[in-house]
Amino acid sequence: MVNITINGTPVSVENGTTILEATRLVGMSVPTLCYLKGINQIGACRVCLVEVKNIDRLLPACDTLCEEGMEVLTNTPKVREARQMNLELLLSQHRINCPVCERNGSCQLQEVMSSYPIGDIMNFKHEYPEDDWDQSLPIIRDESKCIRCYRCVSVCEKVQGLNIWDMVGSGSRTTVNVSHNRKLSAADCAFCGQCITHCPTNALHSRDDSKAITGVGGVLDDPNKITVVQVAPAIRAAWGESFGLDASVATEGRLAAALRRIGFDYVFDTNFSADLTIMEEGNEFLERMQHPEAHKWPMFTSCCPGWVRFLKSNYPDMTDQLSTAKSPQQMFGAVTKTYFAKKIGVDPHDIVCVSIMPCTAKKAELAIPSINDAVEGERDVDFSLTTRELCRMIKADNIDVAALPEEEFDSPLGTGTGAAVIFGTTGGVMEAALRTCYYVLTGENPNADETFKAVRAMDSTRPWVEAEYNVAGIKVRAAVANGLGNARRLIRAIRRGEVDYQFVEIMACPGGCVGGGGQPIHYNQELASSRAKVLYNYDKKNVLRFSHENPEVQALYSEYLGKPCGEIAHHLLHTNHHGWEMPKSPNLDEDVML
Amino acid sequence: MSRLSLFTESRAQTTVEQLYKDMERRIVASPPDICPVDLAAAFLKMCVTQSCGKCVPCRVGLVQLENLIEDVLEGKATEDTLTQIEALAKNISVTADCAIGTESAKLVLKGLEGFRDDYLSHIREHRCTCSGTQSIPCVSNCPAGVDIPGYVALVGEGRYADAVRLIRKDNPFPMACALICEHPCETRCRRTLLDAPINIRGLKRTAVDRAGIVPAPECMSATGKKVAIVGGGPSGLSAAYYLQLMGHSCTVFEQHKKLGGMLIYGIPSYRLPRERLQQDIDCILSTGVEVKLETKVGEGEWTMERLRKEFDAVYISIGAHQDKKVGIEGEDAEGVLSAVEFLGGIGDGIIPDFKGKRVCVIGGGNVAMDCTRSAIRCGAEAVSIVYRRRKEDMTALMEEVDGAIAEGAIMMDLYAPTRIETDENNKVTALWTTPKMSSLIKGGRMNPADAGKEDVRIPCDIVLVAVGQGIEFRRLEDSGIPVNRGTFVADNGTIIKDAPGVFAGGDCVTGPKTAIRAIAAGKVAAANIDHYLGYNHRISVDVEIPDPALGDRPYCGRVNMLEREPAVRKNDFELMEIVMSEKESYQEASRCLRCDHFGCGAFKGGRKTEW
Repeated sequence: MVNITINGTPVSVENGTTILEATRLVGMSVPTLCYLKGINQIGACRVCLVEVKNIDRLLPACDTLCEEGMEVLTNTPKVREARQMNLELLLSQHRINCPVCERNGSCQLQEVMSSYPIGDIMNFKHEYPEDDWDQSLPIIRDESKCIRCYRCVSVCEKVQGLNIWDMVGSGSRTTVNVSHNRKLSAADCAFCGQCITHCPTNALHSRDDSKAITGVGGVLDDPNKITVVQVAPAIRAAWGESFGLDASVATEGRLAAALRRIGFDYVFDTNFSADLTIMEEGNEFLERMQHPEAHKWPMFTSCCPGWVRFLKSNYPDMTDQLSTAKSPQQMFGAVTKTYFAKKIGVDPHDIVCVSIMPCTAKKAELAIPSINDAVEGERDVDFSLTTRELCRMIKADNIDVAALPEEEFDSPLGTGTGAAVIFGTTGGVMEAALRTCYYVLTGENPNADETFKAVRAMDSTRPWVEAEYNVAGIKVRAAVANGLGNARRLIRAIRRGEVDYQFVEIMACPGGCVGGGGQPIHYNQELASSRAKVLYNYDKKNVLRFSHENPEVQALYSEYLGKPCGEIAHHLLHTNHHGWEMPKSPNLDEDVML
Repeated sequence: MSRLSLFTESRAQTTVEQLYKDMERRIVASPPDICPVDLAAAFLKMCVTQSCGKCVPCRVGLVQLENLIEDVLEGKATEDTLTQIEALAKNISVTADCAIGTESAKLVLKGLEGFRDDYLSHIREHRCTCSGTQSIPCVSNCPAGVDIPGYVALVGEGRYADAVRLIRKDNPFPMACALICEHPCETRCRRTLLDAPINIRGLKRTAVDRAGIVPAPECMSATGKKVAIVGGGPSGLSAAYYLQLMGHSCTVFEQHKKLGGMLIYGIPSYRLPRERLQQDIDCILSTGVEVKLETKVGEGEWTMERLRKEFDAVYISIGAHQDKKVGIEGEDAEGVLSAVEFLGGIGDGIIPDFKGKRVCVIGGGNVAMDCTRSAIRCGAEAVSIVYRRRKEDMTALMEEVDGAIAEGAIMMDLYAPTRIETDENNKVTALWTTPKMSSLIKGGRMNPADAGKEDVRIPCDIVLVAVGQGIEFRRLEDSGIPVNRGTFVADNGTIIKDAPGVFAGGDCVTGPKTAIRAIAAGKVAAANIDHYLGYNHRISVDVEIPDPALGDRPYCGRVNMLEREPAVRKNDFELMEIVMSEKESYQEASRCLRCDHFGCGAFKGGRKTEW
């Protein structure tokens, strides 16, 4: 233990504690911008500076360890002036248009600035760099908003095991851009959006597609269009955060109601197609298991587009190990524009399918040409909006969420089981698949709460979790990883032959979709774990716990598809992952060798 | 009012003079990876301030040049801008009235040629080609990438054995390098911004002197793969050490009687005592390296073909042990010795008696200084260093040159050897030289011209020729190892194209260079041979590095190494350099600015814990 004082208050801390952590222990914390615990403690922004007695220089609290006898002062005039001046320096190169900025209210620069009496005086020349980013990409970087905290660089490298962002240029022009002098479109970016959710400002943001929905001339403005919206499982666990509402108030029922108020004709649930995914992917897995020699193992889940992009670009030789099942978003689109169109007797061209996703990669997934099978020349899903875009739409329409009634999703694509709702968290797809595989192999349902609990990977301290099951004499070794850095660790272990699994679930974002790059942003708070609890609660209270028991999915098969992995299902619900190209990782050779 | 007055410096002028000094040090400590265009713009800005303002090209042209380069940096330029910059710079370089203008423009022209790609990248991609991540200056300047801030901090804490273990992660010759490394790590030390570079080699010396015997780490489990190392010098032994640690079995083939290569056959023991070097070698051999001494590969039973057949990989590191001739009359006379012969003999323990003899050493490199100082220690009556350029043009370290002079060597710079005079028995009687003068500078190097003076006769009995070494490549060239301009051809990974499984590095690829570069090549070879053999063994060490100190950084002079009294040391081959005291080491280590943490260290370019 180390004994120090903070503003005269003695405190005893573990060895290796930073001054920042110590200040928090005594309730006299300092503001931070670039600090991201354990990932980006680099002392770049110089906002967390503190004074330490007998040292002239001010020290960054985030990056300085407590030493015995240290007398730390967090609020001397010297500290106040230094902090304020450094903030002013940051502002001098920041395009200040807060009222119309997407991050108004969730911007950490704004948050820190707001506590300083700077007023309207700008003491330094205010100029920010020009910007020439390709605005059609799902991830957009706005140079004029970047404060060069390098959190994106660190998150991408240390959490996601990719190196898409890098420090570029030198001297006063040093900034962030795509590494190896590439354009983002030519990089092996997974579009996971973790850089966005860890950006303190709006320098990184996702493409806003909401105008095309709610704006003049948008799809809701066109009386000839039938608008169908699907909501991914993880949305219901997070959307309330933007309104300061607990998930017990911001329910899926109120979510459905809000979407109806915005004007969508049909409000459906992606949980429906998550169940459908299980029917396809689970059966595909069992089919592969019947001919183990014909396949390379393990089989990987394919519902996360960030993960698919990662595998195709970093381990292209393993592409065939991905399940051919489309993601729930895409299955939903394909069913909407065939089965549903037929059922309500409309021309599928008149249907606009919108998805609300916790994800930025989904915006790219729907645009993959070879993934669209329902209607010639059209996308199965027309628009994918993030949770943040959804919340802005609700706010723009001044909908009082708490006052909304609880409403049901529409039928016939609105029913989802408990197995489907846990798709939104790490381990959920695996658990849902195993629940149904168990049923297929044994003829009875497992205990939904207990049997496959071991694959719930949230909060695991290991890079991945594993479990072995013996179902009706068939052994299944399963592994689950979340976050692409962990995915890489798992793949390396598989490639080196250190581990051996049959079925592997990967979600690109830490914690799975609940921690997705499209979710509401809270500076330095990782909420995936608490959001996952909301999803497990939805699972628990659902009377349907097994995908194969979803009556609407059963109806879809009996009325239209035939059997899982049958001919129509194969055409509509599966995809060829070789049908499109991903830019390859620049470190391909080195890594494939491992 | 006086008709004439004496010049006294104003306070402002004095301060400016100090700032010049600060800037000089700043340029010396310039970090790697800075944008050359940005730098060109900054230099130009300084040039503009020097303009007297009379002539148009300098007064207006330079500032316009600055604007154009600024456009490039701002991403506002096109390729036409580059043409414009070039045209304007050329114009200034031929039209400005004085050197302030012409030389400023030439700085820009040099850059346009030297880093045109970078200009183009700014224009086309709106970014710089440099990576932007400033690595740790000392580590990035060390060919072997030794964790210098790490071991400096360990020395500061008195954890000497840990320091040695940390050094060995990247360099298995901590002792040899503590004594003779040319310390490129010190050249851009950030501490220079404050006062002077850290005495890094000196601190390593403290570590090795005070650590005692530090055993080598455990080898990884045996792979059953066999690697032949041709040449037991620093490069070959380094490769062998790391390959052994990785679990491979190495056999070193050494043509001499002893291991060590140029460390023993080139470097005299007063700089690197034999028993000291042996400590490094013993540690390397303790990993299980097999050694075949006095075995020439390519001659007799060990042909290249046999090695390639019996071993899974071969590393060629035969060094540069062939002497080069000056090419003057009388070079075959009795009394003419090459540096390789002379120092090599001493390496094998044969110390010639030069008592009463006058010696001339031809050359200006470190080897020439080694010959000079060895000759003095062999009892020579007088030793002259004969060099056709100036003392400051010598490639030898200045401390070596000064050391030689302190021991009584006579510096005869600007004398070009023209012929060796012999008696009727073909014995050397004198070296004839032609006086030279400094003349035109081409490619940055001064070319001496005849001074127009009479030739000078230097009476002597011994001539030591130290004008460089070549590589004995013929034996291996015959078995298909590619050779170009007298060196083997291998890439930066020591890989030889079209000869799978054969690697080469060290002096035999680069020509005679420093020990640390040879060691680095051995390390690189080990990694790539391991990869070639289908493995990915990683070398790391579990030494925890002390946290950096947080206090202020007072200006503080550098502790330099001292040597034994010249008058005493010149009589023996004992180690002449004196190790720092613990007090000196502590102060020196605490001068380190810990670039592994501060600056980009904590973010990018920080510690590499394994390779």
